[in-house]
Amino acid sequence: MLSIEDLEQTASQVRRDIIRMVHGASSGHPGGPLGSADFLVALYFKIMKPDPLQFTMDGTGEDVFFLSNGHLSAGWYSVLAHYGYFGTDELATFRKLGSRLQGHPATAEGLPGIRMSSGSLGQGLSVAIGAAMAKKLNGDEHLVYCLMGDGELQEGQNWEAFMFAAGKNIDNLIAVVDYNGVQIDGPNEKVMPLGDLEAKFEAFGWNVLSMYGNDMTEVVDGLKKAQWFTGQGKPVMIIMTTHMGFGVDFMLDNHEWHGVFPNDEQTEKALGQIAETLGDY
Amino acid sequence: MTEYLNQGSKDTRSGFGEALLELGKQNPQVVALCADLTGSLKMEAFAKEFPDRFIQTGIAEANMIGIAAGLTIGGKIPFTGTFANFSTARVYDQIRQSVAYSNKNVKICASHAGLTLGEDGATHQNLEDIGMMKMLPNMTVINPCDFNQTKAATLAIASHPGPVYLRFGRPKWPNFTQAGQPFVIGKALLLNEGTDVSIFATGHMVWNALQACKILEEQGIRAEIIDIHTIKPLDEAAVLASVSKTGCVVTAEEHMRNGGLGDSVAQLLALRNPLPMEMVAVNDTFGESGKPEELLKKYGLDVPDIVSAALKVISRK
Repeated sequence: MLSIEDLEQTASQVRRDIIRMVHGASSGHPGGPLGSADFLVALYFKIMKPDPLQFTMDGTGEDVFFLSNGHLSAGWYSVLAHYGYFGTDELATFRKLGSRLQGHPATAEGLPGIRMSSGSLGQGLSVAIGAAMAKKLNGDEHLVYCLMGDGELQEGQNWEAFMFAAGKNIDNLIAVVDYNGVQIDGPNEKVMPLGDLEAKFEAFGWNVLSMYGNDMTEVVDGLKKAQWFTGQGKPVMIIMTTHMGFGVDFMLDNHEWHGVFPNDEQTEKALGQIAETLGDY
Repeated sequence: MTEYLNQGSKDTRSGFGEALLELGKQNPQVVALCADLTGSLKMEAFAKEFPDRFIQTGIAEANMIGIAAGLTIGGKIPFTGTFANFSTARVYDQIRQSVAYSNKNVKICASHAGLTLGEDGATHQNLEDIGMMKMLPNMTVINPCDFNQTKAATLAIASHPGPVYLRFGRPKWPNFTQAGQPFVIGKALLLNEGTDVSIFATGHMVWNALQACKILEEQGIRAEIIDIHTIKPLDEAAVLASVSKTGCVVTAEEHMRNGGLGDSVAQLLALRNPLPMEMVAVNDTFGESGKPEELLKKYGLDVPDIVSAALKVISRK
């Protein structure tokens, strides 16, 4: 049984991996995955606990996860590797020619753990709904999870999906909005205000929960609470407040670190702030 | 020439609807999705018989494509149904990322393709869909010619793993191929042997090509008529074998010249065996409202257009 401290240690290593992967590739997105690292670690190690050695595309008989905001790939790959889907050595190939770790998640290279290509935003929730419906048709009582960005909510397809999931009672689905308040061009408020998300999701007919996404205890409890709300006729939404760049002081809450890689000096500084817990790849 | 009789005109979309119902009975993994056009797509029978496996998405095509992609994760074989315009142009990036690049087993079934949609006009007359779909890696593109062939194609794609774009139409159209015919994806059908010109046609234009063939025969010209129901992958061997005999080519399709069947055949011939070629297709223009037959005439897709293209290309040999 993994303790909260164990999960925190894993999240710390994931954060180191993110910095090192993006630095190693001289490209990528450090800010978002640093903010969502705690969530992804909790989801895989404590909540879903899928079998990494028996990965199937269908995911029958286990919970499945979709990353709609595919630019968080560095963090997801690190979590998948530490969870056992593939060796952590492979993280060094991130974004490089011939790698299974594409800049944005892809199925074409056959990386275990990935069921859908993502990166062009706004598509993941629809896919998650389809997978949730397949589970219902198959009599599979496991759940489907989907992480979405907040800026991504500006894509209209999401609102088609919100309407559908509530209208068709897709209650084996937990969607999570990574609400860090910033996107490439700046704060959501300046780029395109999202308004009262809680009221909007409730008006669409979802069960809406909220949690702080950079505290492991709160994340684990929040996800367990969300599980409890499944099977009650409504899809479940968690508005998860996070900090972009969490763990690195000069990246914290700074939209300029959405898609910029740290140079050697910045990398050294960042790694000095994140404990190496499980060993660097 | 080989005689082809119209067994009674029927719309190709009804061939799709009948086959979908059969598939529902044959294979419990088959599911169907529709974006508020169940009647137009002839999906009512499936929806009535298999309500649990029929998903009405409302007028939200992007969401429909994503849900279809997700349903494959869990082993379902989803068939989406809406008009050609809303099956392709409206949802191109959804198809590109969630279906084609992810190589999901989604069957995108599109009715009301081409000019013969008629009176609704250019907003709905998609003439670019074959081009858009054939450019996507992993995508198979099929445009059957009549009711019987559409039914056969629909049945066949269910057991073909991977993304498929199946295109059919709205109007009643001569039904002349065999009921219960075998359908082999990627295998062109030789309808009439000839020696003077190869006419490669797809969709509704196959019937027009056969009518043109009769007229040409009266003038002593023996046209070879080949039904290219699968535009991608193109039956290259069949095309090359035919042109090596005839030495010139006409293509006929209810689609834009750019990106259509003619474009695929031209690419093949340019690389392998350059020969005189004419294309019967819409030439870089949108359509308009009108009756199907009026539109085919105005936009150069009528039987006489195929005849004159054949005479012209023969003169260029």
